[in-house]
Formats: sequence, C-alpha cells, structure tokens
Amino acid sequence: MRFDTIIIGGGLSGLTAGLRLQKAGRKTAIVSAGQNALHFASGVFGVLNEGAVLPEGHPYSRIDTDKYLEEVKPFFLEADIRLGGDARKNGWRLSPSGAMLEGRFSLEEATLFPAKEDLKADKALIVTVPGFLDFNTAFLADGLEKRGIPARVASMDVQELTDLRTSPSEMRSVNIARVADGIPGKVVEAVKALIRDEDLVILPQVFGIQDAAIPAQIAEAIPARVLFVGTMPPSVPGIRTQLKLKRAYERVGGTFLMGDEVVAPVMDETHVKALRTVNLGDQLLQADHYILATGSFFSKGLASSMQKVYEPLFGLDVDYPEDRMKWYDLDFFAPQAYGGFGVMTDPAFRALKGGAVIENLYVAGSVLAGCFSQQFGCGGGVAILTAFAVADNILKEDTKR
Amino acid sequence: MNEEFDVIIIGGGITGAGTARDCAMRGLKVLLIERNDIADGATGRNHGLLHSGARYAVTDKESATECIEENMILRKIARHCVDETDGFFITLPEDDLAYQSKFVEACLAAGIRADIVDPKEAIRLEPSVNPELIGAVRVPDGSVDPFRLCSSNILDAKLHGAKVLLYTEVTAFIIEQGVVKGVCVLDHQTGQKAEYRAAVTVNAAGIWGHNVAALAGVNIGMFPAKGALLIFAHRVNGIVINRCRKPANADILVPGDTVCVIGTTSTRVPFEECDHMQVTPDEVNLLLTEGAKLAPSLSSTRILRAYAGVRPLVSADNDPTGRNISRGIVCLDHETRDGLKGFISITGGKLMTYRLMAEQATDLVCKKLNLDKRCETATTPLPGSEGGDIEEVSKSIWTKPLTVHKAIVGRFGTRAARISVQEKEDQALVCECEEVSVGEVKAAVERLDVHKLIDLRRRTRVGMGTCQGGLCALRAAGILGETQKCTARAKDDLRNFLSERWKGMYPIAWGDTLRECEYMEWVYTQVLGLQKEEAK
Repeated sequence: MRFDTIIIGGGLSGLTAGLRLQKAGRKTAIVSAGQNALHFASGVFGVLNEGAVLPEGHPYSRIDTDKYLEEVKPFFLEADIRLGGDARKNGWRLSPSGAMLEGRFSLEEATLFPAKEDLKADKALIVTVPGFLDFNTAFLADGLEKRGIPARVASMDVQELTDLRTSPSEMRSVNIARVADGIPGKVVEAVKALIRDEDLVILPQVFGIQDAAIPAQIAEAIPARVLFVGTMPPSVPGIRTQLKLKRAYERVGGTFLMGDEVVAPVMDETHVKALRTVNLGDQLLQADHYILATGSFFSKGLASSMQKVYEPLFGLDVDYPEDRMKWYDLDFFAPQAYGGFGVMTDPAFRALKGGAVIENLYVAGSVLAGCFSQQFGCGGGVAILTAFAVADNILKEDTKR
Repeated sequence: MNEEFDVIIIGGGITGAGTARDCAMRGLKVLLIERNDIADGATGRNHGLLHSGARYAVTDKESATECIEENMILRKIARHCVDETDGFFITLPEDDLAYQSKFVEACLAAGIRADIVDPKEAIRLEPSVNPELIGAVRVPDGSVDPFRLCSSNILDAKLHGAKVLLYTEVTAFIIEQGVVKGVCVLDHQTGQKAEYRAAVTVNAAGIWGHNVAALAGVNIGMFPAKGALLIFAHRVNGIVINRCRKPANADILVPGDTVCVIGTTSTRVPFEECDHMQVTPDEVNLLLTEGAKLAPSLSSTRILRAYAGVRPLVSADNDPTGRNISRGIVCLDHETRDGLKGFISITGGKLMTYRLMAEQATDLVCKKLNLDKRCETATTPLPGSEGGDIEEVSKSIWTKPLTVHKAIVGRFGTRAARISVQEKEDQALVCECEEVSVGEVKAAVERLDVHKLIDLRRRTRVGMGTCQGGLCALRAAGILGETQKCTARAKDDLRNFLSERWKGMYPIAWGDTLRECEYMEWVYTQVLGLQKEEAK
C-alpha cells in the first residue's frame, strides 16, 4: 500500500499531523496501536506554564509558536471540537483535587477561567454518581471552601446508574457515560431534585462520550451554573476528542489503521523505505515521508531497560544520562529528568540515527527530546504545534521538488 | 493521664504483637505502644518466608530446630496467613553437589523433612526453576503474610482486653529507685503527651530496641544489618526456591499471594539509616543477577518494587556482614543483667520464631509478677483461623462466588464472615490488581486501627499490585477521608502514600515500571492537581 505520508501513532499529535496533511491534499495513513494519552486527558490542553523557562533544545525553540497557537481553535473547530480558552494566555481550571491549575485550551464541557478568582459562587452543590470512586468529592469540596465557596455533596438517584454497580468493576467514567448518555433527562431531573439554594452545580465529566451536546444539554436544563470537573482516567472528553479527530480525518479521506502496530521498518542509512505491520503481514506500507508520533514512555514511544533508554521502532538517537540514578529525582513531586528524554532531531524535526539525519522520517509530539511536558505543562501544546510544524515542513519540501 | 497496667509492651511489630497476645491471654492487663503503624519495621520488610529451618540446618542447628517447630505451629494457629507451598534447595552446576548430602543429614538431625528429588522431577513440580540444576531437596518451607499475621495477633490481644496505641512514641522511662515504673509517651497524631505505668515494661522494638534500651539507660549492643529485596509482579514460582549452599546473597525466591519476592542482601548500616532505607542500583543489580540463577524467567519479569528491612541482630562477634551470627532469640532480664528492675528486652530471633520469643518474654513477665499461668499460644488459633474449614466459611457466607469473596477469605480467613460485601456499594472494587473491595476497606478502617493509606496497604494490600497505587490510592483515600471526616489530612496522607510508593519504585524504574511512574506522575500531579504543598 502506497501513501504520501504514513504516520505512526494515532494520538493527539499523529491525528493532528494526519488531518493537516490530508486537508492539504496529501494521501496519508495513520497506524494506531490503540490507547493514547488523550484517554488520560485532564480536560484541558496545556501549552506552557506561566513563568516557565524552557531549556535549550525544547521543541518550541524550533517553531513559530505564536503563529501556530492562533491556528489551534479554528483547526479543531473544523473537526467539530469547540475548544475554549484564550490562545495567547493561560486560564485556570478547577482540578479534581480542588486546586486551580493552568491550561490554555479547554475541551468543550471543561471550563477555563481567565483568572483564579473568577471561580465565584455563593454556594456550590457537588453531585456525584453513587459508588463512583474516581471522583473525590471531599477533595473538591475542600478546595471550594478554601476559596470561600461553601460546598455540599450529594449523590444523584438514577436507577439505571445505580444498577451499574452490580458488577464490581463497572463504576468507571466511561461506563457511566455510556448509560447516562441515553437518559440525560433523568440525570437532569435527579440533579434538580438535589438543588436547594446553590447557584453552582459541579458534575463529574462523565457525559457525552460521543457527543459534547449531551453535557451542554444537561447544563442548559439545570437552573444553576454548571461546572464539569475532570475524573480519574479514563477521560470522557479526551476519548471523545480522539473519536472526533479520527472521524474528521477519515471524513477527508485519511486511512486510519486501528489496532495495528508497526513492527519492522525497512530502511537504509538515510531513508525509511517501508513499514511492516502486525496485521498487514507481508503487505508493506510505503510512503515518501513518515512521521513518528508514538508518544513517551507510557504510550511506548520510548522504552527503557536496566541499562538504557531507547526508541524501540527505528533505534533512533535518544538523549539520556547513562547513570540510572540520574533519571529520577528522589522526590516524587519534583520534576523528573526522564521527562526530558526523547528522540533527537535536526531543526526540521527529522530524526537522527547514529548522528545522521534520516531524511524522510519526521518526529512529532512527546516522543521528542527535551519536552519536559509535565514540568512545563506543555504536553498538549507540544503535541499539536510540533504536528503542525512537521506537516508544514513536509508540505514545504514537496513544493521544493 | 496515668492509667495502670500489668505490662507495657513497646513495639508493634510481630514480636510486640505476639507478646501482647500472649500476655493478654494469660490474663494480664496489657498496653502496647507503637511509634508508627503495626508491622512497619522488619516485620513488613522481609521475604514472608515460612522457614522450614533447612537454611540454618548446617550452620545453626538450634535455630533450625526452633524454625521447624514454629513452622508446624503456625500452620495450625495461623492457617489464614500461611500458604503451604513447600520449598526446594537446588544445586546448580557452579555449586558443590557434595554439600547436598551434608545438608540433608543436618536437616534430618534437626527434625526437618528433607527429600532428595530428581532434577527432572523438580522441573516438573516447579517449571520456573533453573533447568540447569543438578540436584534438588524438598523441604517444608512455605510462605506467610507477615502483615496479616501481625494484624491477627494485635486483634486477638485486643479481644483479650489489651489496649493498643499506634503512632505513639515512648519518649522517656519513669524510673524510681532503680525500678522501671512506666513510660512517658507522645501521640504523634494529636501532639498530646501522657504517662502510663506498669509493673513490667517489655522492649520489643526490633532494631529500634537499641535506642529504647538506651532511653532506660541500658546498652544492648545491637547492630543493624540491612537486607534489600525485590517484589516481582507475577507469582513466577509456586514452590519456594533456595540455593543449596551456605547462606549467601539473593538466594531465596518466595511466592506470596499474586507476587514473588527475591532476597536478600546483607550490609551493616549505621543506626541513623534505619528509618530511611534506600535500595541502591548495585543491590538491585545483584538481586537480579543472583535471582535469575534460581528462576531464569525473573530477568524478564516486571519488578514491582524494591524495599529493604533491618535485621535486629545482637552483636556477638566482629563479623561485619552479620551472616554468621546466630538468628537466635535474645531475652534479656535487665534486673539480673544491668540491675534495672521491671524491664525486659526481647530481641534477635526472626519472623518465624516470633511466637516462641513472645512465649519466653511472657514467661519472664509472669515470673516477675509471680503469676503461674501456662502459655497457650501454640495451640490456640489466631482470629481468622478458628474452627471450621476456610473454604466452607466462604460458601456459607456467599452464594455467588465473586472473586472479591475469594480474595477476602484469603486475607481474613474465617473472620471473612464479618466483612460486608452484601451492599452493592461495598462490592465495588477499590483496587483492581489485588481485588480489594469497598467493604473490605471500610472493615479495615473500622476494626483494624487504620489511620493512614499506608496502614491500609498493610491490612488489605491496597496499592501493592501492578499499578502500585496508580488508580486505587485516590479511591481508598476517598473512603478513608469519608470515615475519618478530615479532608486536609486525607490529602496529606495521599501525598505521603505516593512518596512512599515512589521510594520503592525509582530504584527499579525501567521498562514497564518507568511507564507506570510516568502515568502516576501524570494522573496525580497533572490531572488531579496534587502538588507537594497545598497550592493557594
């Protein structure tokens, strides 16, 4: 099978790159092994924490971030994803532990406040689903009370959701959403029955696994301001975002190879020639350009053994210290050195192997060296903006030819 | 506050717990004081091996005999804590096969069953064993859950009227005219100070007993020997695997519940380090290299956690490794030894002989109190192992064979009947790796002195599975916070729990463990927004 560009990785970065290239008229394919970081999303995309000083070699140092940031909202809107937030300035979300945390773009039902102080209410009502353990209402109530907002916690009485509990492992966000999405009216009635004099109602992000109109419809029907707060993974808005990006990609003719995995690349010293996958067997995938968007350790874009950190697919150059104890900080809450490990590239994001450029292999997202996405709050930004940059670099190269 | 007791026991490890139980069963009014949580020291940081004694047969017959006797007793009184796996002592090509006959002879002399098994038969019985083995001896080793054993002893002591104070530290002794009359304590949770008086005080504080004795003005002369261990994510072996040679580093692999444990190393460490044990990369490398010789698949099995305990050894000679010292029981009467009345130290020994240590200490307490009461702990089952078949108990309580039920019976034995999972809400799983239910967590909080998430881990195994608390910690924190009605403390507690887990993860954080670390960091610090200090 022959394409213009093949993208390895179906997460935020891979889908963004694929969609951008496909919309520019290129024939592309995405090979996706399955779950990706969007499944564990917080509900907002971070671009960069206020006051963060980026280290030399951070992916942002190679791109025009200001220009690309302006493009993010329109780009997602074309995929039917309405992002909130100000592209130029961080906002603040109420986190599930009751803290106010920075972020740039919010996913549909999630809310970013322009300033921390903008979270205001006389009284809050936190409504949860009975038996749902991945939403710590006490932490949230505590966080609100610290901001001077008295909060009361209550459980909604909806028979269908209570019935979910017959199986001991069913009470997870996605399973709740699958049931609740069929009965939004009952959810509304149950919440309304709980409201006394509260002007703010807080609900977990467990609505609208396919369609963001459902949480919007619920919020609309409740006679108080509604704020949807994140849960422990899986993330309902994250999964919906992934589904929508995939749908948008396929709508413009992209080929999404779901549940497949690249196993054996065919390459010489300067070029990738073809890819072999588990499902396609002897049928090779061939393209002019390839994009590696496989994510960091958790997504298996990076791997490690007792002795080394490596990029498992192509054996690309990875920057890391040999002494294993230098990979970590002994304090769990301190920035971790492994957050900066990743694949080294040239200024155009073309991968390096043995110090030499692989000319048709581009790298995007958190598999890149120097991201420190948790430390700098730049995970979403790196995924989207480097995907834009890589796609544009490929398009530019095509015009040159 | 000045409540009077017959006996005060310092230390909530297995020795203190066993002594409290024995004393309480003999009718004494008992107070047990523990600085942290039960099983926090060496009790919770070892292999969990139900020694047959074979390991000591050649070098230390006395210890070997004690072990096999206690081994047989624990199988009866603590059935719900014991897994009767048996053990192999294997000889590898690099070992001297001649040692095997010496070993078997010594075992038999100590009263330990020791059957030579053909290597092929050994591989059939234990497929994970190194196929290169040239000899195998089968002995009655097993595995024992030290958390559960300690918790059962504490529970039974309380059922016999003992009072237990956790997170309470002895700060000074009350000594009047050369007699220990009691102790001054500080409650770390409330910050309150108090005094408690008793006719006899027993120092059962493990390695920390050195400092406890010093508080009373006597010197025991202990030395701390650090032992590092690794827990693997799967139960690789079903039978304990030992090396048939003189005891050395990393030569025992013990299966326990859903995991297995390799250990140990032995290094002398300064006292200051006892509270902050860190496992070094060198120790990890050594444990892995030697462990793979017992079961080669260990080198490709995911490691869950690295941890280290401190053996409370009493200095007997100048051996810096601590290996050649007898693990024998040391029961010191400070009246005859140091001229200090009303004070006893019980130390040395090991997990396996805790009951015998408790018996010896309690005998001495009774002698001082002129009380003629016989020890009954060798024949009286612990709570959870009382009459009745454990499987039958399971059937009688639940009609549906949920996996949750099986896990609970495994952990609580015959006392499983008291744990409610009848309510739908209580059936929900808190910890998917170890199948811990909401009902079980609630029961532990209500009845087993659980104050913190780390305590909960010791009682229920929450956070001990493959995700190492990745998902269950927040869920458990929620339930704990709800029952305790203190959110600020629950948040702090969650932070401490994550830090504690991290300590065991970073020494082995490569491969899938590094993936879990990155995930845990993401979920707790970024999604949840938990930071080191409370953000403003």
